[in-house]
Parts: sequence; C-alpha cells; structure tokens
Amino acid sequence: MAKVVIDALLARFPRIAADPYQGPGGDDVVFVRKDQIVEVCRFLKTDPGMAFNMAPYITAVDYLGQEPRFEVVYNLYSTSLNHRVRLRVKVPEGDAVLPSVCGVWRGADWFERYCYDMYGIRFTDHPDLRRLFMYDEFVGHPLRKDYPLRGRQPLVKERELTEPYRGPGAASPDQA
Amino acid sequence: MASEHDSLPVIVTRKDEALGALQQMVSKSLGWARKYSLFQYPFVTACCGMEYMTVGASRYDLDRFGAALPRFSPRQADLLMVTGTVNCRQAPILRRVWESIAEPKWVVAFGVCASTGGFYDNYATMQGIDRVIPVDVYIPGCPPRPEQVIDGIIMLQAKIQGQTHKIIERKALPIAGREPYEP
Repeated sequence: MAKVVIDALLARFPRIAADPYQGPGGDDVVFVRKDQIVEVCRFLKTDPGMAFNMAPYITAVDYLGQEPRFEVVYNLYSTSLNHRVRLRVKVPEGDAVLPSVCGVWRGADWFERYCYDMYGIRFTDHPDLRRLFMYDEFVGHPLRKDYPLRGRQPLVKERELTEPYRGPGAASPDQA
Repeated sequence: MASEHDSLPVIVTRKDEALGALQQMVSKSLGWARKYSLFQYPFVTACCGMEYMTVGASRYDLDRFGAALPRFSPRQADLLMVTGTVNCRQAPILRRVWESIAEPKWVVAFGVCASTGGFYDNYATMQGIDRVIPVDVYIPGCPPRPEQVIDGIIMLQAKIQGQTHKIIERKALPIAGREPYEP
C-alpha cells in the first residue's frame, strides 16, 4: 500500500525525495530535503490518493560524529486509507533550522516544540516556539548526545550535604 | 580536679523545677494530641499516588492512626506527604508549598523517588526532596507497600511524641523578599 505513496512521491518530487527503503514493520521510509518539507507534507495531506490527515509523531535524532548531525523524522498516517509513511530530513548542525509544518497539521505544534527543547532544532514560522518540557532557565538541550548525563540545573538552592550517609541537611536537635 | 559536678547548674530553684515539669507535661500532652491528628497535604506527582490512595482506603485505613484526612490547602495541613518523583522544574513549587504550611509541620518522603531520586538519575530529576526541604521520615519502595507506609506513619508518631512542644512558640517570622529561611 505504501509503495504507491513512495512511487507518487518520487514521481512528483524527483529532486527532493530520494533513497526510499522499507523499514521494519512494513513502514516505508523516504529521505526528503529540508527546504521543501512543507511542500511535500502539503501534497501528502491534500492529495486524495495520499490523504495523510494525521502526523502521529514527529521527532529528531542526534547522530553525533556524523555529518549532517541531526535528523528530523516525520511519521505520517492516513486514517481514511490506513497507510503510513515516514519522512527523514537531514539537518546539519551549523544550520539547524527547518520550515515548520504547523500550517499543514496543527498537531505538529508541540512535536516541533519538543524537538526545539530537546535537540535545539529551530522551526521557522512556528506560532509559539518555546521549550516544551524544560524550564526557560535551562541552558542547553538535554537529549543531544554531548549533553552531560547528569547535567542538572536546579532552580532553587540545594541544601548543603552535612551527613553523607543520610543525605543533605542535618537533623536539628528539635527534630532528632 | 574537674568532675562532672562542675558542669551541673549550681542552683536549680523550685520555680525552674516546677516550670520544667509543667513544660514537660504540656509537651507530652501536646505531642500526644498532635501525633493523632496529622492532617496531610498530599503532594502527589507520580505513580506512588495510587499506593497513597490504597493506604487511605478502607482495607489499610490510615484513619486508625488519625492521619486520614487530606487537606488540599497547605495552610490547613501539618504533614506534607511528597508522593512521587520531583523534578527540577517542580522543586520551587514544592519549596513554596512547604513554606506555606504553618508550624508545626512534618514531611514524609513517600517512595524511593521522593527519598533519593530513585532510578531517575538524569538531567531532570531532583535527587531526593531533602535537597530542598527537611524530611522527617523516608519510606522506601517503588511503590511502598501500604504496610510500609503505616510503619512510616507510626515512626513519625513516635518522633512527634519525642519532640518538644510548646503552647506558644516565639520564632522570627520569615520576611517576604529576603532569603528563604533555613530550618
């Protein structure tokens, strides 16, 4: 079923979509160039033969050490035709900016905020590009592979460690 | 030659003795009253909350220990039950809730996440609520069995009974805008 989608994509966007392959679980995957992602998505949504009316999951991957470093993955689903396709978009580290697909699927809003929060990939024309999970004072992007594993950034002052075996804060005499 | 007698107070008047005895009686009875009327504020953030509901429900019934009535305003509570994972983003909220509770107040860390951070040793999670607020009783478990929670409540009651209670406690009040006061 999804073979039809891949063929249509390759026929319509020969210079934008490339390298299709069949992923595990029968999902078909195609690489898309990042500047034209909105056109491809709009075609996939509006064309009656495609009818991808839902973007259940949009996420990003950090391939640290490779070039280009990042990748944004769009998982699309059609509830009327019951088929899926996955678009992979390579994003270089120096220019980690993508056009937003919020105009195509409104539900992409929080997924793109998630990608911005966790990976630092920015989306142009996004209505409200803020952090989704972390707080505004947080520095860096925690799901990047070069972020330290325990890089905590506490918001309130932590109490001093006085008893190493019992945790911070010695019990005051009244509390003993 | 110095002996232990040197460090004893030289004169203990009858007034001091009498006041001390009275204070002890008051402290004991206030402690007895306070340990059987623990009004809780449940700070429930995660899955331990299901266990918290179980321990409050009829089979295990925290009401037997006088600790069944959750108050959903910190100003009406005197036992803060921190039930679940607290992450860095929530720590200021927890701190503020704890500061809103009127004295005397006690804190129970319910479950291993509240006690130590549990297995969430990552960028987002506070490694135990005692980094932010003082804790009286830690209840381990992921989640703890209701029997463990009851045991923790009994331990807290014993602790409360052993503390010094006064009818009027004159303490400097924290002033808004200054540094948050340390217990």
